[in-house]
Amino acid sequence: MLRIFLCIILLYSQLNVFAQTVRVCKTCELKTLQAGIAQAKSGDTLHIEKGIYKEHEVIVDKPLTIIGKDYPVIDGEMIGEIIRVISDSVTIDGLFIKNVGTSYTSDFAAIRIKRSKHFLIQNLKLETLFFGIYLEKSDDGIIQNNYIKGNAKVEYQSGNGIHLWHCKNVQVLNNKIYNVRDGIYFEFVNNSLVQGNVSINNLRYGLHFMFSNNDIYKDNYFEDNGAGVAVMFSKFIKIENNTFKKNKGAASYGLLLKEINDATISNNIFQENTIGTYLEGCNRITYANNNLIQNGWALKMMGACFENKFIHNNFIGNTFDVSYSGGNTTDNRFDYNYWSEYAGYDLNKDGTGDVPFRPVKLFSFITTKVPESIILIRSSFVDLVNFSEKVSPVFTPEHVSDSFPSMNKF
Amino acid sequence: MFKIFRYSLSDLLRSSWSYFYFSFYLLLGFGLLFFNPDVSKSVITLMNIIVVFSSLIAVVFGIMYYYNSREFIELLLAQPIKRSDIFIGQYLAVSVSLSLSLLLGVGIPFVIYGVADADLVKNFLVLMTAGIFLNFIFVAVAYNIALYHENRIKGFSYAILFWLFMTLIYDGLFLISLMMFKEYPLEKASLAATLFNPIDLSRILILLRLDISALMGYTGAVFKNFFGTTLGLTIALFSLLIWVILPVLNIYRKGNKKDF
Repeated sequence: MLRIFLCIILLYSQLNVFAQTVRVCKTCELKTLQAGIAQAKSGDTLHIEKGIYKEHEVIVDKPLTIIGKDYPVIDGEMIGEIIRVISDSVTIDGLFIKNVGTSYTSDFAAIRIKRSKHFLIQNLKLETLFFGIYLEKSDDGIIQNNYIKGNAKVEYQSGNGIHLWHCKNVQVLNNKIYNVRDGIYFEFVNNSLVQGNVSINNLRYGLHFMFSNNDIYKDNYFEDNGAGVAVMFSKFIKIENNTFKKNKGAASYGLLLKEINDATISNNIFQENTIGTYLEGCNRITYANNNLIQNGWALKMMGACFENKFIHNNFIGNTFDVSYSGGNTTDNRFDYNYWSEYAGYDLNKDGTGDVPFRPVKLFSFITTKVPESIILIRSSFVDLVNFSEKVSPVFTPEHVSDSFPSMNKF
Repeated sequence: MFKIFRYSLSDLLRSSWSYFYFSFYLLLGFGLLFFNPDVSKSVITLMNIIVVFSSLIAVVFGIMYYYNSREFIELLLAQPIKRSDIFIGQYLAVSVSLSLSLLLGVGIPFVIYGVADADLVKNFLVLMTAGIFLNFIFVAVAYNIALYHENRIKGFSYAILFWLFMTLIYDGLFLISLMMFKEYPLEKASLAATLFNPIDLSRILILLRLDISALMGYTGAVFKNFFGTTLGLTIALFSLLIWVILPVLNIYRKGNKKDF
């Protein structure tokens, strides 16, 4: 037993001895990243000194730690892919990668990680890119503190900032992503964490994920993205403490949920979006403690939403608080929310209003049927109609009401 | 005409009604800005009040002033003065005095609370332009009604009815027809329909300035694309101008022919 143990220690120390540092710079023996990788052995550290390296199709095929000093520039000259990782345990740190080529058939990326595990991609700066960081069937890695700035003009000619396809246990932390097509894109990604990212001004989605289960999205910030954030066909996800702001436009949503089951959406801020949260075919969602402030529609529920719970949310100054249409059953519950439009009273001073609040206005019902009627918004006639409907509801769904509306903001 | 205008205006400016109206707006402006630090929100509330209230006051005050100054008009008619000068001069005096009350009443609190933001100044200007247009339009309509009806009760009820039609009934009919024809593309039709109602037109001009339109989805974007452009704005202002010019021309025409 002892012998085996000693053997392991000995082997380990041997490995350490062999792990060397390889320097790459313009005046060194090794002048390119490619040459450096060819020279290095498994487990070595590659130091890239400051300079401009015009390279593309660099393939990292052994476990290496590649560290850039003072952000050396890897310039792809708009030809093709820049770095491709096909080995486990690769770290890439501190590079400035730019000018990724554009291709409509092979999705060129600044960094592509293919069928690898235990990678660490951090502190990168990516500019003028097609795809940024592209993960393909790779698991157990971390992507953090990267700065990605694209120049996307049209959707079909641009790629995504951080793109994950068929991955598990990946952490995407504290990245900043601007002006790409989709800031963060997940497809078939399970058990992963997306935290502290900032995704602004992207052409399509700030965050987009599909078929990705058991993921956690926390403390992210999404602003002014073409279509906001869209999440689809996923189960058991948690969306917490995120900010969705100023996603304005004809087809823009703070958060679009389609076919999402058993999710928790809590403590998020939805502010000044055309539609704060849009739900379609969503079941058993717990939607709690969110702030919905000054949206066009705070919540828009389309058909086939069952057993969702909306509790302890603040609805403040939205043009329409809830719009509700189609075959939803009566088991979606709105309770204990704060509604700035609530005009009821609280005689027993227990903090909840004594008359139920009915968040679906007649006018929001009308605009869902006839979108053009929006031109009459804030006219006296519409106010009158809303008021009479509030007094004696005829058209709006009777069961959509908050029986215990809070008198105070949470 | 200018002399009549000056006399009527100084008469109006001495009347307690003008001061009452002015102080109402002053209080409203201060109150809104005091209780609501978000100026753009105050602009929305002000819009609701100005669009509905100032048009009501204009139409009621216009018709009241005409009926009250009937003896004065008859006296003037005995003098060698052009008939149209009398009516147009009085009409201008009423409109200008109401507009002054509005402009100063809302303007002073805004200036004191410091609207330094260039965007807000623009919003404020649009708000005031719409308010002043509404004053001129509704006083003109009131004068028309008064010129056609000797009977004060009838005149008053028609004036109120006109206001009610523009604020409520028109929108109701508008909404019903939108719902009836919902299978058709209605964007252009609804844009056209707003041009025929000065109250709707001012409401939309102000709303679109206030960036709410971006929150209104696809249709909102269509409306913004129309009214946001110079062409759209010109058309809107032009149709407001038509709303002033047509009734004024009719005052001119009717004033020249009317028997006393």
